[in-house]
Amino acid sequence: MSRNILSPLVRMEGITKTFAGFVANSQIDFDVKNGEVHSLLGENGAGKTTLMNILSGLYIQDEGNIWIHDELREFRSPRDAILSGIGMVHQHFMLVPSMTVWENMVLGLKDLPSILPKKEIIGQMESLSSRYGLHVEPEARIWQLSIGEQQRVSILKVLFRKAELLILDEPTAVLTPQEADNLFKTVHQMKAEGHGIVFISHKLNEVTALSDRVTILRKGKRIGTVNTSDTTQENLAEMMVGKRVSFNITKRPQKPGKISMEIRDLSVNNDRGLPAVRDLCLQLREGEILGIAGIAGNGQQELCEAMVGLRKVEAGEMYINQIRIQKADPKSMISQGVRYIPADRKGTGLVPNMNVQENSILKNYWQKPVSRGITIDWNVVYKLASSIVRKFNVDTPSLSTPVRNLSGGNLQKLMLGRELSDEPPVIIAVHPTWGLDVAATGFVRDTILNERDKGASILLVSEDLDELVAMSDRLAVMHKGRFMGITDEPETLSREALGLMMAGIAHEDILQRDEGKGS
Amino acid sequence: MDILIPILAAAVRSGTPILYATLGEILTEKSGVLNLGLEGIMLMGAFTGFAVSMYTGNPWIAIAASFLVGMIITSIHGFLCITMGANQVVSGLALTMAGTGASSLLGRNFIGETITGLGKMHLPFLSEIPFIGPILFDHDPLVYISYFLVLFMCFFLSFTKSGLSLRAVGDSPRSADSVGISVVRTRYFYTLIGGGIVAIGGAYMSVAYTKMWGDLMTAGRGWIAVALVIFAIWHPMRAAFGAYLFGGVEAFQLRLQAAGTTIPTPLLMMLPYILTITVLLVISIREGKGLIFEAPSSLGQPFYREERE
Ligand SMILES: Nc1ncnc2c1ncn2[C@@H]1O[C@H](COP(=O)(O)OP(=O)(O)O)[C@@H](O)[C@H]1O
Ligand SMILES: [Mg+2]
Repeated sequence: MSRNILSPLVRMEGITKTFAGFVANSQIDFDVKNGEVHSLLGENGAGKTTLMNILSGLYIQDEGNIWIHDELREFRSPRDAILSGIGMVHQHFMLVPSMTVWENMVLGLKDLPSILPKKEIIGQMESLSSRYGLHVEPEARIWQLSIGEQQRVSILKVLFRKAELLILDEPTAVLTPQEADNLFKTVHQMKAEGHGIVFISHKLNEVTALSDRVTILRKGKRIGTVNTSDTTQENLAEMMVGKRVSFNITKRPQKPGKISMEIRDLSVNNDRGLPAVRDLCLQLREGEILGIAGIAGNGQQELCEAMVGLRKVEAGEMYINQIRIQKADPKSMISQGVRYIPADRKGTGLVPNMNVQENSILKNYWQKPVSRGITIDWNVVYKLASSIVRKFNVDTPSLSTPVRNLSGGNLQKLMLGRELSDEPPVIIAVHPTWGLDVAATGFVRDTILNERDKGASILLVSEDLDELVAMSDRLAVMHKGRFMGITDEPETLSREALGLMMAGIAHEDILQRDEGKGS
Repeated sequence: MDILIPILAAAVRSGTPILYATLGEILTEKSGVLNLGLEGIMLMGAFTGFAVSMYTGNPWIAIAASFLVGMIITSIHGFLCITMGANQVVSGLALTMAGTGASSLLGRNFIGETITGLGKMHLPFLSEIPFIGPILFDHDPLVYISYFLVLFMCFFLSFTKSGLSLRAVGDSPRSADSVGISVVRTRYFYTLIGGGIVAIGGAYMSVAYTKMWGDLMTAGRGWIAVALVIFAIWHPMRAAFGAYLFGGVEAFQLRLQAAGTTIPTPLLMMLPYILTITVLLVISIREGKGLIFEAPSSLGQPFYREERE
């Protein structure tokens, strides 16, 4: 890094980017110096990723300029940005799943011999790994790696290309607290070596702990840039959200009823045919929320899919009201009152090209009164859909608007309306507030809590630990298809203990260890 | 043994056109582009090869011309699918229909003509190996080139920088793009080269195998190749196995016909198609997914950098 250290490594000025009329970035200024961690803070959809995609050459800005060490640059493709020393670790890693780690390491590098010198590459890679404490097996294929390992590969890949500026897009979203700590160590080391680092996050504590400066984005605009030492978390939160918000989730005392759904020794495979859920037992009681914490990809998704009949049960039994379910297909689970709020709203949840009315009857079109034999009674559908739209505040131009045109929050409200309008006994909700703005998040949480108070049994999977702890009556932590522990008092569980359980250490072992420390 | 050798040698010969077509399509599909126009491209390749051979008397010029024509026709598909993002199935089917029609029309005046075509080339030493020699090394040069192509493609896909880029573009165009590989350029390149190789498969039919021109002479071999690519899970070696299996059954049923069996001829002619598909289907179901050579995940999907998935 022999360049002029005094000039900012990167300076972006007046960056504007629109997508089909939607302004994702508007007149944004941003700069990073060598040896600095500069955070981009903002809610989902604020435009953080868009801004950094422009810096890494993936998007081309409509307006604005980029300087690298005071030299005006025009990035027409990712290649231009890479050659300027910019490397981005994308939120959804840009790795080729079918290839090995070392192959991903050198993908796209021009200055290599035509026949790949595997040994040398692996050697270089391992020296980088040990220097930064980023260990991965070079010959493993990406799809075999955990998310944490994939992230290490992504960071190594950027370092392998000798990037001067490192952009980390929401790197901690998929990590255990301990893995996140390791990541922070790596970041500190790179900073000390003179790299510039952009850290994208919407988690205030991480941003304050890690960065020198913070730039806050809201709805595509830059709200301000502050030195971390001159500000507080409350201050940042206010700049990020715009109005003072309370993070409180109020929950009435629980009156748990009888067991409505039970699972015994359930085993389920993932899409690759490998075990995802292993001999799992759980009980859902009336009027309670069972939260499931865990890093994405530890079987939560497969468990939920099995419970709603979307995934084949390899072994084990499921009971609803003490009656064993013989045939767990989606239709019979629906008619038994099991409702599903899936994570991918536009995939499993709703049909993007169908309109609001059609989507609102996806789960009862075969039943009276919607169905009249072989035809559908559209008058009934109209009434049903308009009552959902009214009760759940779905903001849609009309009932015949295709749902692909609705925003994330409204999609979720429509789905909640469809799933919850007949007071179902069992609800399986996966990441129900993911990607929603503050108002919609509050609405979704209130709705779910309300169903609990009315006596529904709810299984809640979420990556937001605060949300899980606050909403759950009981909380289980899942790792590699098993529960590492299950507690009746989620509030009493320390962050550290949660992290250890997410990393695969059983609850009892943690308790024992703590006792050992105490005595 | 003595009856087996000629049948197996014939298997190689009659499997070669399908092998070329399958290898070409593997290259194309590895980049993420599906080309269902093989039958049309093969027919145009066969026609071009025959016509140029007749006028120039030089089979090699004829083969080069077929390769070129294959690339030119395929470039239409490339433009529609890669640049315009058209539906690849529709475009491919259109290509088959257009190629079939055009070859019939252009070939009307060539029916009944003959050419010298491509002759045999004995390979010294290799052709003297007992059993293997007469089966594998007693053919025309295009057969040897196809052996080389199979080995080269295996090596290319597994061990070279460009092979890595090709696989990345087909498997995860977004990742490839993010490290500076041009998805569009890579797709065009391999789609066109693939189309050229497919056309050589057609040219083999007229220039080396039959040495004549017949209307619709590829008789569905392009479609067999499309299926072979899948059953061979995009692996050149397995493509060779499938192609020779087809060729073997074809050679066998021709001999049965010649020997005057009582089995109805149409039934015999169906045999290679049915058997090849069945055997490969069973194998591919049993073996499940390969690794390097599995289906390119982005097959059939256009790529635009600024569009979200
Ligand atoms: N490729 C794209 N096409 C259309 N809209 C996009 C695209 N990328 C981002 N957007 C929109 O721009 C806004 C900002 O997105 P993004 O930069 O991803 O936000 P953040 O990273 O802050 O969560 C969102 O509303 C998103 O829907
Ligand atoms: Mg983002």
